[in-house]
Amino acid sequence: MSVNYGSKRIVTGAGYGFRDWLAQRVTGTLMALFTVILLAQVIFTAGPIGYEEWAGIFASQWMKVLTFSVILSLLYHVWVGMRDIWMDYIKPVGVRLVLHVFTLVWLVGCAGWAVQALWRL
Amino acid sequence: MTELARKRPEFRNINALKDLPNYRLPVAGVVSILHRISGLLMFVLMPLIIWLFDNSITSEISFARLSAAFNVGLGFVPGWFMKLVALALIWAYLHHFIAGLRHLYMDVCHAVTKEFGKSSAIVTLTLSIGLTAVLGAKMFGLY
Repeated sequence: MSVNYGSKRIVTGAGYGFRDWLAQRVTGTLMALFTVILLAQVIFTAGPIGYEEWAGIFASQWMKVLTFSVILSLLYHVWVGMRDIWMDYIKPVGVRLVLHVFTLVWLVGCAGWAVQALWRL
Repeated sequence: MTELARKRPEFRNINALKDLPNYRLPVAGVVSILHRISGLLMFVLMPLIIWLFDNSITSEISFARLSAAFNVGLGFVPGWFMKLVALALIWAYLHHFIAGLRHLYMDVCHAVTKEFGKSSAIVTLTLSIGLTAVLGAKMFGLY
């Protein structure tokens, strides 16, 4: 059998999943950084954290922009992850299509709601 | 399609109830499936997470309502149940976060030995369960 992988693979123009694999790592890294930045702000706030302190963290423009990009990253990250789950366990094409559509609607709806809550602040 | 791909064996005789409990999954495999389960859990509960976020930053009134939901409950949902769900989310986030960092480390440092897979999996489980226990004890007022 001839080798069809690595540098010898026959390129057909189809996707090989590398882009999604990379995107999941890039978005994951961004979300991990966000987690550390948010935790640092919570930890280094003096005294008990009430509404003023908590909302204050998200009120600055740079934090809003960062949170916004994290919401978009989350959208893509979860899309890749959920698609992996459906592809692994759901074999009938019709059911899989329905689940893919549901996932997209669910995620876009959630992202919209999160952005709305963020920018109302 | 290549010769090998066509003859790939398929195993359809795995019974989820009879075979899976006896299956000796290595600890790295446990981390892997929990990564998936924790991701799925956060996907399913995503509206709840955004509802929490929304109420926590919108106004002092909604913030107070959220605090009350965790202390005395909300509608027919008791406060301890809210805390329990939050604890599940805390575990899911911690596990997904730490297991994700493990993935990134493996990708960047080409750390793909069997030994590292096992030792890092043990570290992941210890950290995620330990931190969940600490935060859970705090949330339920044990210290």
